[in-house]
Amino acid sequence: MNAQQTLIALWTIVVREIRRFMRIWPQTLLPPSITMAMYFLIFGNLIGSRVGEMDGFDYIDYIVPGLIMMSVITNSYSNVASSFFGNKFQRSVEELIVSPMQGWTILTGFIAGGAARGLLVGLIVTLVSMFFTRLEVVHPLLTCLVVVLTATLFSIGGFINALMANKFDDISIVPIFVLTPLTYLGGVFYSIHTLPEFWQHVSLLNPILYMVNTFRFGILGVSDIAVGWALVAIVGFNVLFFAVALRMLNRGKGIRH
Amino acid sequence: MAAPALSIRGLTKVYANHHQALKGIDLEVADGDFFALLGPNGAGKSTTLGIICSLVNKTAGKVEIFGIDIDRDFSKAKYALGVVPQEFNFNQFEKVEDIVLAQAGYYGIPLRRAKPRARQLLEDLGLADKRDTPARMLSGGMKRRLMIARALIHQPRLLILDEPTAGVDIELRRSMWEYMQRINREEGTTIILTTHYLEEAESLCRNIAIINRGEIVENTSMRALLGQLDVETFVLDLAAPLESVPEIEGFAVARLDPSQLSLSVSRGQRINDAFAALTAQGIEVVSMRNRANRLEELFVALVEDKQGGKGGIR
Ligand SMILES: Nc1ncnc2c1ncn2[C@@H]1O[C@H](COP(=O)(O)OP(=O)(O)OP(=O)(O)O)[C@@H](O)[C@H]1O
Ligand SMILES: [Mg+2]
Repeated sequence: MNAQQTLIALWTIVVREIRRFMRIWPQTLLPPSITMAMYFLIFGNLIGSRVGEMDGFDYIDYIVPGLIMMSVITNSYSNVASSFFGNKFQRSVEELIVSPMQGWTILTGFIAGGAARGLLVGLIVTLVSMFFTRLEVVHPLLTCLVVVLTATLFSIGGFINALMANKFDDISIVPIFVLTPLTYLGGVFYSIHTLPEFWQHVSLLNPILYMVNTFRFGILGVSDIAVGWALVAIVGFNVLFFAVALRMLNRGKGIRH
Repeated sequence: MAAPALSIRGLTKVYANHHQALKGIDLEVADGDFFALLGPNGAGKSTTLGIICSLVNKTAGKVEIFGIDIDRDFSKAKYALGVVPQEFNFNQFEKVEDIVLAQAGYYGIPLRRAKPRARQLLEDLGLADKRDTPARMLSGGMKRRLMIARALIHQPRLLILDEPTAGVDIELRRSMWEYMQRINREEGTTIILTTHYLEEAESLCRNIAIINRGEIVENTSMRALLGQLDVETFVLDLAAPLESVPEIEGFAVARLDPSQLSLSVSRGQRINDAFAALTAQGIEVVSMRNRANRLEELFVALVEDKQGGKGGIR
């Protein structure tokens, strides 16, 4: 395939992915908006007013960046996991395999689709948060960069999950038992400085902590960790996971006999 | 000489459960051919076709499509190939036209060129009024035609169909045959199909291979194969029931039921002689037909041969 053909193929996948989550918006876009509105209302307004300040910010202002990030993570991941696994389940993944597309085109298409949903949900959640508070973004460029890289990283994760999954249960295990706990413990709701020293160190092993904090730094200008290194790590994870996913795809893991 | 549409050498497949589905098969299909790959259930037909279109990883061997090694330049090989698999493999929730157009996109065909072609294909295959219907709402025969439209969207030179007419009614089957014959004749598309309807293979295909338990047991032209038939068996319907089996000099005769006889005619014998004998005995025959389709007789013989049964050909 030449460059133009590859671009058309890539675009086809992206459009198809976006169409999919738009078609089933009551399952993909609506629930996170409602859940997050609840979080803002309960933790931000009702409980938050009693919590007082966190790192010098109103509690609601402190958790909004974390909750946006949490929506981006879960939605990017589950979009690719369920879409690609659905393609496997319905065998329509064969449409991709028989075509002349290279593995990286397929992978990039699905990542872009997953990131599109993650970012769209992130945007919706941001809009919802405006009913509760007004945030100024301190470092807009960094904020955009880190949210995009997080969306792509978890899209790749969802892709790997879908390749390895044999049944629908297999694509809900990781979100429930890995992503959700890591996100909750990843500094969405609190600064790790509020933890005993031992747990602060344990928290530093959690990759999601770095993304949430870098994103929060972009918006509020405060972070528990060194933002520069966090950014390097996020880029590194993207590269590593992309390579792993591509290798699995090219070997036909989970999709070819 | 032009490269053959398909060339397979020493193709072996061992599945993960250690089942050896293909035991080193060789096969060649000429450019422009209409070719049948036949064999009983589980013989390895779908496995072979799956390897050609890279849905199945091969264990050993070499596959070339128009001289292009699929391991060397898989992208180029795939442009030449269109596939209609045995099982439905499209997204049930998507609309018919969207499925065909998405496939065009995967081949890098711009929408402005894909759209008229998709329309034409859906029209030709009788799906024009189903364009905006979600695939799950199609009947089985329509789903199969949708897969044919999808396989042809990038104008492949080689079209592979795995049991395209399974579950398709007679009238539709005939129109599908005509369609395939037309693209074979007018566009020069090479066609390879598998089917369990042997009369279909006999009337459509010029060349044929029979595969059994992962081995090619016959690979020749349809004419040559049918020419191998030594004995043809006919069923005769009688005007009146018979008490006993009549004897006809030189012919094997058996009574299927009181008013039906089976008559085996060997190469070189004249059916006239048999009828003369029947007439002489006052037996009136009202109709006659082949006991089985001619290809079917050969097929059964070939497949049984390998399984230690008795064969009916030289
Ligand atoms: N994924 C698989 N894992 C293990 N064995 C398989 C797999 N797919 C097919 N087989 C085995 O390989 C053999 C060949 O199967 P194949 O599907 O190629 O047969 P076929 O000739 O297409 O049969 P049919 O006419 O029933 O479609 C069979 O014994 C089958 O059980
Ligand atoms: Mg089969």
